[in-house]
Amino acid sequence: MKNITPIIFEKSIAGRRATSLAPKNKIVAKDIDKKYLRPNKPILPEVSELDVVRHFTQLSQKNFSVDTHFYPLGSCTMKYNPHILQNTASICGFTKLHPYAAVECCQGILECLFELQEYLKQITGMQGVSLAPMAGAHGEYAGVAMIREYHASRGDTGRTEIIVPDAAHGTNPASAAMCNYTVHEIPTLEHGDVDLEALQKAVGPQTAGIMLTNPSTLGVFERNIEKIAKIVHTAGGLLYYDGANLNAILGKARPGDMGFDVMHMNLHKTFGTPHGGGGPGSGPVAVNARLLPFLPTPIVGKKGNNFSLLTKRDLPQSIGNLSAFAGNVGIMLRAYVYIRLLGTEGLVRVGEMSTLNANYLMKLLQEANFTVPYPDRRASHEFIVTLRKEAKELGTTAKDFGKRLLDYGFHAPTTYFPMLIAECLLIEPTETESKQKMDEFAAIMANILQEAKTTPDLVKNAPYTMPVKRLDDVKAARDMDFGWKQEKK
Amino acid sequence: MPYIPHTDQDIQAMLAKIGIKSLDTLFEEIPKNLRINGLTGIPEGLTEMEVAKLMHERAHKNKPGLCFIGAGAYEHYIPAVVWDLVSRGEFLTAYTPYQAEASQGTLQVIYEYQSMMRNLMELDVSNASMYDGASSLAEAVLMAVRANKNATRKAALIPQTLHPAYRTAIEALTKQHDIELIDIPFTTKSGHIDFKALEKYADSGVAALVISQPNFFGVLEEVDDLTNWAHQHNMLVIANVNPLAMTFLKAPGQWGEKGADIAAGDGQPLGAPLSFGGPYFGFMCCKQDFIRQLPGRIVGRTVDTEGKQGFVLTMQAREQHIRRAKATSNICSNQALLATASTIHMSLLGAEGLERVALQSHANANELCKKLTAIKGVELVFTGQPFFHEFVIRIPKPAVEILTKLAAAGIQGGYNLGAAYPALQNCLLICATETKSSADLELFAKKLGELL
Repeated sequence: MKNITPIIFEKSIAGRRATSLAPKNKIVAKDIDKKYLRPNKPILPEVSELDVVRHFTQLSQKNFSVDTHFYPLGSCTMKYNPHILQNTASICGFTKLHPYAAVECCQGILECLFELQEYLKQITGMQGVSLAPMAGAHGEYAGVAMIREYHASRGDTGRTEIIVPDAAHGTNPASAAMCNYTVHEIPTLEHGDVDLEALQKAVGPQTAGIMLTNPSTLGVFERNIEKIAKIVHTAGGLLYYDGANLNAILGKARPGDMGFDVMHMNLHKTFGTPHGGGGPGSGPVAVNARLLPFLPTPIVGKKGNNFSLLTKRDLPQSIGNLSAFAGNVGIMLRAYVYIRLLGTEGLVRVGEMSTLNANYLMKLLQEANFTVPYPDRRASHEFIVTLRKEAKELGTTAKDFGKRLLDYGFHAPTTYFPMLIAECLLIEPTETESKQKMDEFAAIMANILQEAKTTPDLVKNAPYTMPVKRLDDVKAARDMDFGWKQEKK
Repeated sequence: MPYIPHTDQDIQAMLAKIGIKSLDTLFEEIPKNLRINGLTGIPEGLTEMEVAKLMHERAHKNKPGLCFIGAGAYEHYIPAVVWDLVSRGEFLTAYTPYQAEASQGTLQVIYEYQSMMRNLMELDVSNASMYDGASSLAEAVLMAVRANKNATRKAALIPQTLHPAYRTAIEALTKQHDIELIDIPFTTKSGHIDFKALEKYADSGVAALVISQPNFFGVLEEVDDLTNWAHQHNMLVIANVNPLAMTFLKAPGQWGEKGADIAAGDGQPLGAPLSFGGPYFGFMCCKQDFIRQLPGRIVGRTVDTEGKQGFVLTMQAREQHIRRAKATSNICSNQALLATASTIHMSLLGAEGLERVALQSHANANELCKKLTAIKGVELVFTGQPFFHEFVIRIPKPAVEILTKLAAAGIQGGYNLGAAYPALQNCLLICATETKSSADLELFAKKLGELL
């Protein structure tokens, strides 16, 4: 069968291995009693170095990636990941450094991280930054935990609820629940704004805070943000900003100015670090003066010309450390290099061009007869197209369109998120894509719409040119085959 | 502008299509008083050449030295193939495999990773990775509390032989759920869990016992006895292990009569460079019984409409994007690239190669221990129990002063235990891996001898 790469275990030949990669001699651990030792060898592949190179190279060639394809995944900011980031982070003065090495031996990396903290303060308009959280969700946990500590420190223990708009990313309510808060959902109005009346009714002495994304997941700016801030603050709650969409307002507006008390950023979105197939990311948190004492450790401190890592000993009210060491340092380093490359002007341009691209593409798709739920609003750096009409009249869904796009060499946009809009595609081109690429994408979308009208089955059964056709999710959940097992002969 | 391809003509044409005259109009919905006119405090952009020069200068200010520190991050040789392959754009710049048909590369790699990890742990299933060992262990504690229906208390027994930073991370990550973390002391002679102290909790109704193997001091714990004891008393066993050590030491699924229930730790020894602490990756494996409580992504094997083998993310009803507030965890992005690196690393070395690395590390640690304890005034702190590749010595001079002087001589001499363990003042936790030659060990011993 074409295109199957066998599982690497299936290539094993007993006794085969890459001998030059391990010590020549095999020591026997005579001083360790048998009771501590494994009775058997673990089952791992037995293959040659060449087998490994071919196997994983072939597998890589089955992936779509930013380096190979236009990847307009809304909410993910799939911008180009400059290769120099990888290059500089790989210098051995960085990679060989142990996290517990003597502090005077770590001044180079600490200086980079300290400067990154300072830049992120400027970009967000906040007073303090911790680079510790290792992804957006980790940062959300930290942010909500800081809100909890803040209220506890004031003896205000009755605040048990976090308010979350129904359009929020799933990590928001999940993070609130991880901090033992009850989630109170409020609705969004037809023009994409949070329902202020519902918010006013929802707040009270039980409100710990609200979690918001701005621009929201609906692809539009929360115009009433200042009113929202007033309502929540008046009720004694705090405002949390989900920084997933920071790309849209980079250099144009700052969450700190909007009244947010705490926020996280996604370095793997806004600051160009590679997504890695699902991480590693990095989710630094930033706070205003109120929450400064609670930032997670470690934080890079500076005394004179010397840098060091501040721990709970230095910051006794900190919510503590969220991982063993300093976080995803290699990712922070890449984000630092990205900011040094772009500089002030470049960062502002990111906000401008990502927003220009989204509005331009939205217009092209509208002209191609696609329906956008907020036609009278400016798009942020992403926008939604709803295929509700097409699903109803032609039977072709957002999922089908997404799969057909793959055949044309485009990764599908985000589908079925936010859940508020039926059959939605959330489209985020990012600023690193050209006008020509977007013209191409719009033309292909129009093409697929035509296919849906004339030969709907073609769209419904796509893709045809991928390594596999549509996959059976039900069978996957039923079989629970999560690891290769030697077939019994 | 870096990475922004738009020419002035492009911009004019796009503005015209949208029907506006200036870029400012795009931001008209942002209240005027919130709009800023550029950023302050950010330096001007550098060319790639300038940034490369800057980064080399900064890297040069770091002095990694000859490294004898372990304490949760271990220097091992990483074959050239690993990062050459992992750095391919198709792996590096791909995203989460939500569109399975366009992500079969990443999905198959993760399936293979899951297979290898659970084999190494001798358990039934592995997830696709967590952030790091400490946060993975915290999630394991939360999971055990959720899953243990026989427990009468939301509590876990945490030995003081667990990495102190893991202990504080578990506290930070489980605090909101009012989970009691009960400290279990270690024996001063052997440096392993104190059974007598543990016995006190026999009928306490706590949900879980955490066992590190090897423990933070490098010492091997009595994993069979501890596991059986915990199971007798209706506790789940959480194994916090070094995956490299599992190539020759008894693996969690083989502990005691029934095997440990959950394994969580850091995969860094399998292909992640030290990098000042990250990115590494957390692994989590468990018995089949607990699979619905396992956090994180899981890849499953299935077929497509033509019966051809394929891979998908599955059991997503546990995760945030489906269950939202009721999810097992809020985790979304994890450490997929590092898990990929470890899969390649494990494939290259195989069980035999990895075992040799582990045994050479053990032998080097033994040799170093002999050399250092031969120095007058230096004593081995924990005796009577074997160690893996780390050991603890007590020195006759202040640890901070000695470590500083060693660092100045280009040697990272070990981890100072005094801060986290008041009873272990002037004690150093020292590690030797397969990367150290006899000459390196000799140099360290010589330098330390001179300073003492």
